Amino acid sequence: MTSMTNFMLGLGVVTLYALHQDIWFWDVAEPLVFGFLPVGLFYHAIYSVAISLFMILLVRVAWPVELEREVERESLDSGEDVS
Amino acid sequence: MIPAAVVFVYLGIVLYIGTFASRRFDQGSAEGYFLAGRSLGPAVFLLSLFGTNMTAFTILGSAGHAFSNGIVTYGLMASSSALVIPITLFLIGTRMWALGKRHGFITPVQMFRDRWECGHIGTLIFGLQAVLLLPYIIIAVMGGGTTLSAVSGGIVPYWLGGAVVALVVMSYVFFGGMRGTAWVNSFQTVLFLVFGAAALGLIGSSLGGYSQTMTRLLESETTASLLTRERISPQFFLSYTFIPLSTIVFPHIIIFCLTARRMAQFKKTVIYYPLCILAIWLPCVFLGVAANAMLDVPGIAAKLDARELLASGEVLSVAMVTELRQIAAGDDVIILMLEHYAPLWMAGLLGAGIMAAVMASDSQILALSTMFTEDVFTFYGGTKRFGERVQVQMGRLFVVLIAGLAYIIALRASAGIFNLAVQYAFSGYAALFPLLIGALFWKRSTKWGAFAVTLWTATTVAAVAVFQGVVPAAAPGTTVSYWTVAGVDVIARTPGGTDVLGFMPVVPMTIVSALLMVAISLVTTRPSQATLEKYF
Repeated sequence: MTSMTNFMLGLGVVTLYALHQDIWFWDVAEPLVFGFLPVGLFYHAIYSVAISLFMILLVRVAWPVELEREVERESLDSGEDVS
Repeated sequence: MIPAAVVFVYLGIVLYIGTFASRRFDQGSAEGYFLAGRSLGPAVFLLSLFGTNMTAFTILGSAGHAFSNGIVTYGLMASSSALVIPITLFLIGTRMWALGKRHGFITPVQMFRDRWECGHIGTLIFGLQAVLLLPYIIIAVMGGGTTLSAVSGGIVPYWLGGAVVALVVMSYVFFGGMRGTAWVNSFQTVLFLVFGAAALGLIGSSLGGYSQTMTRLLESETTASLLTRERISPQFFLSYTFIPLSTIVFPHIIIFCLTARRMAQFKKTVIYYPLCILAIWLPCVFLGVAANAMLDVPGIAAKLDARELLASGEVLSVAMVTELRQIAAGDDVIILMLEHYAPLWMAGLLGAGIMAAVMASDSQILALSTMFTEDVFTFYGGTKRFGERVQVQMGRLFVVLIAGLAYIIALRASAGIFNLAVQYAFSGYAALFPLLIGALFWKRSTKWGAFAVTLWTATTVAAVAVFQGVVPAAAPGTTVSYWTVAGVDVIARTPGGTDVLGFMPVVPMTIVSALLMVAISLVTTRPSQATLEKYF
């Protein structure tokens, strides 16, 4: 993984953290999304989904493959079943 | 009695899952008993890890908090965890898993001792972690007693309810070890997921939808603010994002990270974790807020009257204020709504759901037992002298002792004390977070840095506890300053806790903890090159 990728993912985490502090919806209740969900609550529900999507990206791009391979190689060497 | 019968059936099911089902596997070795042989599959790993984190607070407390504070509860406690917990699992959980697999670690203290070439400092960390974990187990036994007593209409007394819960948890942890605990936790998580959706659907269909309810809240001056976050300051909201840092430091969570068969099992866990939080927390928070409009439910109407009287500014005696606060508390609003709007079987399912939540103490009991046998018994020569089989038996004996001790304390102490202790524990574990970061990511960290972090955490947790014990809580909506420098409030007492420069204590506790790790490590000798090569 390049240092640029690392930087972008780090920036992604910081951005998500900043988006959690949504002062723009602080004292706003309307619109009621679907007629019953206050916009501030809807925002955080969507935010939870967005985190999940970011995690997909993190797992695909930044998964510690080397660490995983190293452990599995050692397990294979010791005759352990890693299937 | 139908709800009580459902709860007893539920207890029978978990007992079966935890003891007999797990007997199919070899539990003779320490890794087999304490870590399920490091062989849990992806579904059980996700569901159980999530279930371990769910406590009675998730269902009852979240709705109660939302009833009093509004929609802020979700952002404060749920979506902050949805961000922080998967990231810490991704960064720290995977590395701990790899180290455990390569070097045979079963507890975090074993890793700390090896990483920093220390012995007694590890024992100190063990002691602090154990002290911070015990209140959870006591609270769970208390919750079990209260729930069984409530769902049986008082036929099952509190002492018997607590005994039944302690006995059931103790049995399946005793026999099933980590595998039994993980299976039970998975079952409980499924129950949580079903419960949240079912409660939302059933109450909604009785009301004919939620649109009118929410519009009514929006149109009333006293309740409109519940649909916003104006009752909580942005600083407090920001402070709360430090609390989920505690999760990965909890011994039962970090030990659980070592149970995965393959590192790849973390992938699904980090991806689905935020969605599981959404599925369970959103219905509970929404129902808690909506309860404010359900004036036709007598119990809720009484709460709203009590809240109005407290806010009226009328001069009331201390005893009256205490009583009104108890009435106004919202921890039982979901129960009241379901009793009013849902069929009887749903109340039983609710009882089982609450029971599932309070029984999350199983992982904590097992973690304490694992830590005792590995970090104390084995470290001080027990296993070498008596063998691994005796070590596992010691673990089982310790499970019985912890459950027994928790039960005795639960019979004698008041729940309030331990509820507070749980609050301190979250801050304490968050302040220990730099230990994991230092050990796993910073070559230059030393045992003396770790010692400073541990000492600082123990001191500040005790200081906050003493401060809040000695200084009475401020009246609702007010803050009383106790230390001001140049016109700035440094330490203040709030209705629910303490403020340090406007933040919750967890913020300075964690930041200073990190600074201590850096400063003390830089002026002390780092571990040998051979040790560093094992980790970096």
